[in-house]
Amino acid sequence: MDFPLLSTLIWLPITGGILVLLIGDRRSGLTRWTALGVSVATFVASVPLFSEFDRTTAAMQFVERASWIERYSVEYFLGVDGVSMPLILLTTFVTVLVVVAGWEVIRQRPSQYFAAFLIMEGVMNGVFASLDAMLFYVFWEAMLIPMFIIIGIWGGERRIYATLKFFLYTFLGSVLMLVALIYLYMRSGSYSIAAFHDFPLGLREQVLIFVAFLTAFAVKVPMWPVHTWLPDAHVEAPTGGSVILAAIMLKMGGYGFLRFSLPITPDASMTLDWLVIGLSLIAVVYIGFVALVQNDMKKLIAYSSIAHMGFVTLGFFLAYAIMRRTGSLTGAVMGIEGGMIQMVSHGLISGALFLCVGVLYDRMHSRKISDYGGVANTMPTFAALLVFFAMANAGLPGTSGFVGEFLVILASFRAQPWYAFLAATTLILGAAYTLWMVKRVVFGEVANDNVAGLEDLTRREALVLGVLAVSVLLLGLWPAPLLEVMGPTIDHLVELMTRSKL
Amino acid sequence: MTVGESAFLIPEFAPAAAEIVVLCMACVVLVVDLFVSDRHRWITYGLCLLTLLMAAMATAMYVPRETVLTFSGTFVSDPLARVLKLFTYSVTAVVFLYSKDYLRERELFRGEYYLLGLFATLGIMVLISAHSMLTVYLGLELLSLSLYAMVAFSRDDPVAAESAMKYFVLGAIASGCFLFGTSILYGVTGSLDLGQISRAVATLDGLNIHLLFALSFILVGVGFKFGAVPFHMWVPDVYQGAPTSVTLFIGSAAKIGSLALLMRVLVEGLGGVQESWGGMLLVLSILSMGIGNVVAIAQTNLKRMLGYSTISHVGFILMGFLVGTREGIEAALYYTIAYVIMAAAAFGMILLLSRRGFEADELEDFRGLNARSRWFAGVMLVVMFSMAGVPPFLGFWAKLAVLGAAVDAGLTWLAVAGVIFSVIGAFYYLRVIKLMYFDEPSETLKLGGGSDLKLVLSLNAALIVLLGIFPEGLISLFNQLVMSAP
Repeated sequence: MDFPLLSTLIWLPITGGILVLLIGDRRSGLTRWTALGVSVATFVASVPLFSEFDRTTAAMQFVERASWIERYSVEYFLGVDGVSMPLILLTTFVTVLVVVAGWEVIRQRPSQYFAAFLIMEGVMNGVFASLDAMLFYVFWEAMLIPMFIIIGIWGGERRIYATLKFFLYTFLGSVLMLVALIYLYMRSGSYSIAAFHDFPLGLREQVLIFVAFLTAFAVKVPMWPVHTWLPDAHVEAPTGGSVILAAIMLKMGGYGFLRFSLPITPDASMTLDWLVIGLSLIAVVYIGFVALVQNDMKKLIAYSSIAHMGFVTLGFFLAYAIMRRTGSLTGAVMGIEGGMIQMVSHGLISGALFLCVGVLYDRMHSRKISDYGGVANTMPTFAALLVFFAMANAGLPGTSGFVGEFLVILASFRAQPWYAFLAATTLILGAAYTLWMVKRVVFGEVANDNVAGLEDLTRREALVLGVLAVSVLLLGLWPAPLLEVMGPTIDHLVELMTRSKL
Repeated sequence: MTVGESAFLIPEFAPAAAEIVVLCMACVVLVVDLFVSDRHRWITYGLCLLTLLMAAMATAMYVPRETVLTFSGTFVSDPLARVLKLFTYSVTAVVFLYSKDYLRERELFRGEYYLLGLFATLGIMVLISAHSMLTVYLGLELLSLSLYAMVAFSRDDPVAAESAMKYFVLGAIASGCFLFGTSILYGVTGSLDLGQISRAVATLDGLNIHLLFALSFILVGVGFKFGAVPFHMWVPDVYQGAPTSVTLFIGSAAKIGSLALLMRVLVEGLGGVQESWGGMLLVLSILSMGIGNVVAIAQTNLKRMLGYSTISHVGFILMGFLVGTREGIEAALYYTIAYVIMAAAAFGMILLLSRRGFEADELEDFRGLNARSRWFAGVMLVVMFSMAGVPPFLGFWAKLAVLGAAVDAGLTWLAVAGVIFSVIGAFYYLRVIKLMYFDEPSETLKLGGGSDLKLVLSLNAALIVLLGIFPEGLISLFNQLVMSAP
């Protein structure tokens, strides 16, 4: 295809963001409509990515390649496969919702707010579309700048602490990855990720590179014990910021494992898979308990995100254990597919939950569970949607939350029944912390006068949540299109990650 | 042909045309300035800019293909020297322009600042073109003496006088050390000519005790001029105490002089014994990155913070040099120029925010800048992220080049140390952004500053962004220069 579709998806929102900045705050109506126009246009432009996608091959598609910095063989090299394409669609989709969700809520400097989200959308698309490691790194780091600003300006009371912690944590993780990438470049003579995949490396090198990648991606996912920035950042970020963080930025860690760790350092991944699996199971079980005791709704959802992302990393690293135990690779694909679906599904569900909390927060300016009670009496539509998303978060069959968790648990049973046992505790814990929260917030008698005065969803809020509810249901009932897109890519990935480089 | 045959040869003047232009014009300006009343002081300013323009033309028009030596081999004109000189003129011109309003508001808009600036520029040019230890020393002293005077030239300000004294005393010791090292080197190699020194040390053992002595003393001088730890004591005091326009000059243009000093003496003259000075620079590099970044966190004065930030950047520049490969030198050159561009913009912002009777050099003065001027808050945001080494800005590519050189030379652990220190360093740059964007302003005054200052400052920031998105040009320029050198 000749039309530079991926470049459009990167640069259209960035240009649009700059345009929004130029329009300024005085004409805030125009600012909002421009932001909405740009985000919708980007989403529409991303649809052909799905419809024109060749589902029979693992090769990169929509490729664009040009020299960028000859001196260091850095290329402007874009392309998508079955793993990155769904994530780009998720990004463009969620950004539209975030723009709509911030419509009336943001009164302080709206132009900078919308511009930050649009620029971030372009940069995040860049992260998923880059096939050159240095280009990837540039987008990966550049993404921190708008997020830093978003949390810092429009966040809650402790926003400055949260945003500095967020920036420094992620920055520390990624600079080590930078050194690893430079090392790989010095050895292989190119920054192309595909070249890294084929380049042979000794075990010692692989382990060091793996550890560098792990710090970068584990912070981003985030995995226990480097997760502590997430509850702070999520709680303090404005609703839109939390949604983008949970729905997309966390996915970059998972994506990084698939694109970098597993295929570039397969032997180190095999040697150290116990580490990742262990950390993932701790995230699932321990963080599940931590979520149970939270009294702040956003914090609860943040911890639930960590637990759910534990499933993702667990699914990705099961292949080696399966191979060791059964001698075959059946089930390995299932684990990775489960992880991928879990990523997309978690993007939708956690985004929706944060939006729900945002709806309540805009009315009562409190995130404390104890301030609510009996919301269903005054906000029936909202309560119905919240209950639905809570069920999806707990992994109710028929919602997207179920598909991913089920596939990962099935795969982990093949690897080691104990893994499956521990992972399956999430079905209980997840239900416990989510539904208990819903019970305390939504059901029962009207708790106080503030709740009694609540008004139900506006049309704008209902639209955003409704669209999300439909997608969660659709993905849960009919995940086949997504699986079909990912299939060949994941088969190819399993081949790469099980081929020794020694 | 030997010099002995004819008693005196008329040297070729053309390679030094730019220096001659600057010297003559400086003398002319000196005289003109005497007869100009305060109201017409802009004539001096205009003449100085004209001088730089003429020097640029002289440098640009003289294009011999290869390296040319003149003045009995003490002066060299090679492609690298010409490019560095062109950078020096541009940076100096920008510095003069940024300083104009600031000086005028403080009634310091006198000829001295610009004249001393011109002489310092001449010193930098001589350093860049030096091909003998004697020329190096001449350039170094011309630069340093002009800077001492510039720091002190706000006569009634006791802080400036104190900084100037510190700078002068410590600088004199460093110059003395450098001269002492030079004399030992002369004893060891029997020559002051850098070409002959280079040939002589190639035959020496790297662990020759006399050579090591010479190297240590020379490194003290070089370390001092750069402001590398442990010879950094003057940096914060001078940065804070000097008038901001002078700090701007020391922080930007003068760094090119330090770079030239290192290039000419260590790389060109003593490149053969790289393993002897590489280890010494390694210590300076790590200490500078560590102490610079950590201590900068504790600062409340922006100029002082930028002083410590300079120290940490010097650590990175030295990291490029110490690996000793061409890639390393190329990276260090690139880093220095990148740093100079960023530093000019950072101090330019302080000058922009300052006004009559008010120095905007405290971090607090940047509080809520986003509410006062979105554009210039954006400029400062770009500068700070670039200094922190966050892509897609210029500073990131400079860091990448240096780290790449270190990893390539097998010093991966040093690269890891460097990036970890830069994460520590990111904190204080972020704090500036936090103050500008996340806090409400304590005053709502509109920004002052002339439109020329605002325009050039915006262009300066645009350059940081452009060279970040299209870094190819600058990178390949230095690549060609270093790779084509003999």
